[in-house]
Amino acid sequence: MSLRDHLKYYWNVKLVGSAYLRWQRWQAERKPRIPRNWRTDIIAPPLKISARTKELISRHYLEGRYANGHKPVAWVTSGGPVEILQALGFYVLYPENHGALCGARRYALELSEEAENYGFSQDICSYARTDIGAMLSGKTPVGRLPKPDLLLACTNICQTVLFWYRVLAKHFNVPIILIDTPFVYKNAPEHAIEYVKKQLEASIPVAERVAKKKLSFKKLKEVVRLSREASELWLEIMYRGKTKPAPISVFDQFIHMAPIVEMRGKPETVDFYAAMLKEVDERIKKGIGAVKNERKRLLWDNLPIWYKLRFLAEYLGEHGISVVASTYTMAWGELAPLIDPERPIESMAKTYIYPILNRGTGYKLQKMRDMVDEFDLDGAILHSDRSCKPYSIGQVDQRNRLISEYGIPALLLEADHNDPRAFADEQVKARLDSFIEMLE
Amino acid sequence: MIKAIGIDVGSTTAKIVGVNESGEFVWSYIEPADPRVEDQVERFLEKVREMAGSIEGIPIVATGYGRNLVHQATKKVTEITCHARGVFKQLGHGGTLVDIGGQDSKVIVIGPHGEVVDFTMNDKCAAGTGRFLENTAGRLRVKLEEMGNVALSAPEEVKISSTCTVFAESEIISMIAHGVRVEPILKGLHRSLVKRIVAMIRSVGLVPPLMLSGGVVKNPAIRKMIEEETGEKVILPDHPQFMGAYGAALIGLKLGKG
Ligand code: SF4
Repeated sequence: MSLRDHLKYYWNVKLVGSAYLRWQRWQAERKPRIPRNWRTDIIAPPLKISARTKELISRHYLEGRYANGHKPVAWVTSGGPVEILQALGFYVLYPENHGALCGARRYALELSEEAENYGFSQDICSYARTDIGAMLSGKTPVGRLPKPDLLLACTNICQTVLFWYRVLAKHFNVPIILIDTPFVYKNAPEHAIEYVKKQLEASIPVAERVAKKKLSFKKLKEVVRLSREASELWLEIMYRGKTKPAPISVFDQFIHMAPIVEMRGKPETVDFYAAMLKEVDERIKKGIGAVKNERKRLLWDNLPIWYKLRFLAEYLGEHGISVVASTYTMAWGELAPLIDPERPIESMAKTYIYPILNRGTGYKLQKMRDMVDEFDLDGAILHSDRSCKPYSIGQVDQRNRLISEYGIPALLLEADHNDPRAFADEQVKARLDSFIEMLE
Repeated sequence: MIKAIGIDVGSTTAKIVGVNESGEFVWSYIEPADPRVEDQVERFLEKVREMAGSIEGIPIVATGYGRNLVHQATKKVTEITCHARGVFKQLGHGGTLVDIGGQDSKVIVIGPHGEVVDFTMNDKCAAGTGRFLENTAGRLRVKLEEMGNVALSAPEEVKISSTCTVFAESEIISMIAHGVRVEPILKGLHRSLVKRIVAMIRSVGLVPPLMLSGGVVKNPAIRKMIEEETGEKVILPDHPQFMGAYGAALIGLKLGKG
């Protein structure tokens, strides 16, 4: 780490960059502009908090741009136990979040093709392809991604990450911490939690070596506390969807979920979600719904289709359909009660073994059923995501059982979260149209 | 006397149906689909005018892939809803309807009151649709209308492993090059299509009785094989190719009555 890099970081990030981004946010807050062609006749205008989301995310990537040489950098999977790294002062990059950003900006295909041209199969998860494409080509819509000094892969979301991160480890020639989380069918047995805990403990000296400093447990507890607070706020925001009309839709949730994934454990994330909750409550007070004329309420299962968020919001909104809850966004809030700042490592072991993707298909079915009741929903859309096998497996049966056992209309929508080649416009419309008529 | 009109603009054919006061099927007409949908619909309506005089005030409901291009329509409704309406009115009961069209196939579970309970459509490709047979029929130089009977005449069948229409074609070419006879190939082709359809039926769960509609109904092999594969007897409505347009007309009739 050189003096020059530190100076560059302070100048570009702390002084100029942050000030500029803050100014940009003020501007946007002062004169909120509704994006071009936004169908305000159908859906509510973007949340005011959007200006802040933009600032947070831009600053995050700006920091990343100048992080090398100033801070240790880690690349982490979305379900990775990040608190230890945060406490050690790492800059943390989430390739999946970067992938989602590329997807939403319609840049993922280009990066995917970079990976495919190199020989990676189209059958691999499109996040992995997007990231590997960015790694190989150096292309990204955010300027520049910092090189990792350490990789952290946790198998609580899928096994893809295991192989993906090995590719990264070889390419960047850096150490990799692997946290293996045994699959949970009902309750995680004590020995499984103990096994994860031991791995977390073993990861500390590795991370310390890379960071060239000792982990302070005081700091770790603080990070874990902030992580819990942010998750709790996020959960609160999700639950506000129970109100009729729902103040925000899952499409809003998808847009504003980046901080809870990639900035957990930071004070600004807690502030951000507190402000978002406030705005959501204001909407409730004024009776503003995400969809102007909410007539039907749906559940969304699986990842978003990043390059079609607005299309879906408007297409469904036009028929008075509000998609108010999703198993996906819920995943970043529902584990909040398990986080215990007083017992950071033990509670992390527990928290990170229980994500929905690390549990049986029966659990997800139950979860969907419960959400239909809790949020008083009229049906469900199950996005069958070609990329995400662990999320999509079992959906055919889950859908059939939602219909036959619980009388909940459900539609399976085939697409891919990041690869637009797997999205057939006309076919999707045909299915949605028929489903909408069926709900009437 | 025509009281409502249904128009089904499909991918291979366009159909029009007229119903009377009590919703009976009284008139129909079919043509291969014309990419200039508006012209074709105008021609269709001209035919109705010739026959019935003015169509002023008669509700027109459009369905099918091209429904949004039918600007003359009072209302546009999806094929799923229309098929369910049409078949229910004709047969008087619910069940599982399989409709095999030119470019898309669908399975619709119809409830006891004629409502759509569940549905599924073929994947994003032509496998599992009429196009699959049409394409390969051309390769084998067999007329489309004769395919079913030719297939049934074969005592044995060969297995076609590709479900992809394009790959199946090359598979067939290589079989012919190896001297395999046309009949067993055709039988295998039908089997492949039917297996695809049956997988769709299973994915929504078969609620008997099983009903069949769409242009492919004219092919006896398809019907027989669906019965073989599901173990259920297949019931046909009277005008199997017109169920979409008929259902659309019925919806129109209701509109007319307010
Ligand atoms: S396969 Fe699914 S869980 Fe794994 S990285 Fe891809 S989207 Fe995430």
